[in-house]
Amino acid sequence: MGLKMYARLLQFLLVAALLPAAPAIAAPDTPTSVFEKTLSNGLKVIVKEDHRAPTVVQQIWYHVGSMDETTGTTGVAHVLEHMMFKGTKNVPAGEFSRRIAAAGGRENAFTSSDYTAYFQQLHKSQLPLAMQLESDRMHNLKLSGQEFDKEIQVVMEERRMRTDDAARSIVYEQLQAVTYVAHPYRNPIIGWMSDLRALVVDDARNWYKSWYAPNNATLVIAGDVKADEVFALAQRYYGPIPARKLPARKPHDEPPQKGVKRIVVKAPAELPYLVMVYHTPSLRDAEQDWKPYALQVLAGVLDGNDSARLGKTLVREQQIANEVGADYDSIARGPSLFMLDGVPGNGKTVADLEAALRDQIALIVKNGVSEEELTRVKSQVTAGEVYKLDSMFYQAMQIGQSESVGLKHTAIPLMLKKLQAVTAQQVQDVAREFLQDDNLTVATLDPQPLTSANQHDQAGEANHVR
Amino acid sequence: MFAKFFFISSNHTKPLPPSGGGVGERGLGEISSPSPIKGEGAARWKFAGREFFALLALLLSAPAFATPAIQHWQAPSGAEVYFVEDHGLPMLDVSVDFYAGAAFEPATQSGVAMLTNGMLNLGAGGLSEDDISRKLADIGAQPGSHFDNDRAGLTMRTLSSETERAQALDVLALMLQSPQFPDAVLAREKARQIALLKESETQPDYIAEKAYGKAVFGDHPYGRSLEAADLEKIQRADLAAFYKAHYVAKGAIVAIMGDIDRAGAEAIAQKLTAQLPAGVAPTEAPPVNTQIAASEQRIAHPAQQSHILLGAPGMARDDPDYVPLYVGNYILGGGGFVSRLMNEVRENRGLAYSVYSYFMPMQQPGGFQIGLQTRKDQADDALALVRDTLRQFIAKGPTAGELQAAKDNIIGGFPLRIDSNKEIHEYLGIIGFYKLPLTYLDDFTAKVDKVTVAQIHEAFRRHIDPDAMATVMVGAPEAKAAK
Repeated sequence: MGLKMYARLLQFLLVAALLPAAPAIAAPDTPTSVFEKTLSNGLKVIVKEDHRAPTVVQQIWYHVGSMDETTGTTGVAHVLEHMMFKGTKNVPAGEFSRRIAAAGGRENAFTSSDYTAYFQQLHKSQLPLAMQLESDRMHNLKLSGQEFDKEIQVVMEERRMRTDDAARSIVYEQLQAVTYVAHPYRNPIIGWMSDLRALVVDDARNWYKSWYAPNNATLVIAGDVKADEVFALAQRYYGPIPARKLPARKPHDEPPQKGVKRIVVKAPAELPYLVMVYHTPSLRDAEQDWKPYALQVLAGVLDGNDSARLGKTLVREQQIANEVGADYDSIARGPSLFMLDGVPGNGKTVADLEAALRDQIALIVKNGVSEEELTRVKSQVTAGEVYKLDSMFYQAMQIGQSESVGLKHTAIPLMLKKLQAVTAQQVQDVAREFLQDDNLTVATLDPQPLTSANQHDQAGEANHVR
Repeated sequence: MFAKFFFISSNHTKPLPPSGGGVGERGLGEISSPSPIKGEGAARWKFAGREFFALLALLLSAPAFATPAIQHWQAPSGAEVYFVEDHGLPMLDVSVDFYAGAAFEPATQSGVAMLTNGMLNLGAGGLSEDDISRKLADIGAQPGSHFDNDRAGLTMRTLSSETERAQALDVLALMLQSPQFPDAVLAREKARQIALLKESETQPDYIAEKAYGKAVFGDHPYGRSLEAADLEKIQRADLAAFYKAHYVAKGAIVAIMGDIDRAGAEAIAQKLTAQLPAGVAPTEAPPVNTQIAASEQRIAHPAQQSHILLGAPGMARDDPDYVPLYVGNYILGGGGFVSRLMNEVRENRGLAYSVYSYFMPMQQPGGFQIGLQTRKDQADDALALVRDTLRQFIAKGPTAGELQAAKDNIIGGFPLRIDSNKEIHEYLGIIGFYKLPLTYLDDFTAKVDKVTVAQIHEAFRRHIDPDAMATVMVGAPEAKAAK
């Protein structure tokens, strides 16, 4: 054996020694202290005790989002969210925020396709104040026409900023609109501009009356609190609010796709951009389902860490892409998408990038994934479970999200176990089943120069900003 | 990523609390979360320095609540170590920082500081970039970096169990102490950065920031923007030279937070710094000229909104007016929904989704900035309103009621600023880098509590002259757009 050969062998052995024995890291012993109680009006209260710091977070999750909107009033879920800060019978407009601020609190709210949530973070002594204010606006919102007329302008500015003036956001919006033909996920959460212009305060009133009720919400409290005391407070503040009959929810099932769909979006930008989405299931039964877990691991193998396949191969080795990503989120009321996206590298086209991404998928369909990759993804999951304990807010968020899409919070630890149990064969199987052309929608951004995009511009004027 | 959430309020308001998504202030509408699979793996690259220093502005404190006990010592290597021992969670956060931000690079080598920092994890001590990423991924460690105008460094979050901790710190030690800056990787990363830069240069907010930086700071590095031509010229030898001159052991700041004892922390600090370059590096950024003339730039852009920035040089980290300016700014435009700017521009008139003001306290006076975006046809009205609001505030100062509300929020909200390992770790890094007293967290709320209306009024008059500010409007109304 020549020296060189020996050196190579040694190197091989060293590399082999670095391979982790599965599982790479042991699941930590994370104490769970989650308590649950449902009030007689149907409000579910979930308490996560965490005594590391004298703070608390309150989140109220209404199980209603943009997917519950109907034609012509898209955006109303989000507009109502804004209006929730505009005063009740007892608390004048703007006063909610002032009282939370004066209590040292932080607050915000957010609307998704599936739910609408409101939260405050404060010193634990201020929890009663937060509960008093939040329960008040659950049933006493005023919704004045004057406030509405101002706030709808704010929302239109928000749409301009986040969507209309952001090239990739337009790509996503257009992509969603063609990916789904029947499911309301086809509409943007913020709403179409024309619908926003046509919205009136009565639309917001109807929305509020229909959906804002204790029996359509989950209250999550996390922090340095005792569950019993929180339940008593919740009973005091939220308990008296009567339950309401909720509108029927329609299934909106998306019919099977019958072949690849493609769109091009032209917008002011420098770099082209590619997004590919495949229809996939979301998690319905945390115990029985296995495909969503396998899809999650597949996304992890492709793009879950710095050494994952897509970045390593397409950005670093082949330099076909400047940026590349894969994503799949199993937690949704409606169907899910498996997404691949990226920006072509210098001298490469979106077609080159699409071909390269397809090659990566084909490789997995043909050869599967290695045990080493699988183990690495699972190590990320295990470590992530520890890191998540550093954020009370995120722990509460995970609980609220799960409950809002119809999974129990008790499914959270189960989901972890299920992820750890995913096999290489299952990853290969879901890649084969879902990542195929008949199931695919492709969107590309065709970048336009700044000048030609603005027809009102005087000639040459925009040049000096380049 | 698809925007999954739309918020009632943007995260634009600075200064940011150190929780959540780290330094990326642009992450509107996405909740940053330690998603189990995708990880939080900090961005490999931090682009265009000026946008990423939001963290520096966050130092606050209050004594009425327990603060973490900070231990400080000098390692045998000469590094300054800041340590909080906490065994509540089986994890560890570690960072090492240097006076190696963009302010320390030669004017002729714009981008060299950023590239040096960004390449530390792309080949080190005989490990390739893939070896590095694989070794860290295997143990679920989360590498990250700091990069702004003053500060540059690396961070690592790892499980504290022995095998994982050892492997994460072994890799971190190599990245810090024997980076290789491989030529091929540099060529690739330059090309990627240049492409990203060209993309940014089409975005109205970036164009506005760039023009603002130039107008407020002139040629000072705090206002310098990356240029493709400068990046193009940078060679491996430039990175190696910058590294050798600025990533030195003496004065490096090591911040350690979490599940380790003092002896373990001492060993870690020495292991991460003993093999750093020797010598003494400059620790002072060049002085900022704080007097500027009024200017206004109107730049055409096809966006539907005008992006408006107003500003001037503001205050340094060690400014004696730090506290009154901080509290005053909360009232003016820092306090989210309850600020004057928010009330006038958004709540009363519906002119914008986001409007804010902030001071960016840096080693030298950083920027004071007011920003908003609004539909083009009302941009001039909105700008006039913002200017009036500022003038009024500077002419008359805050009211006693406003000051009390500000104190209630800042003091009452103090516990939220230190309720995670991540936040405490970030404070350690800032306290070390800016040589703040170890009692900083204990002292600050007492200082806030003592601030008077008159002090705020005077501090603003001393620092901000409404007649000597830079204004930038990108996507200016067409009729008035500049030639």
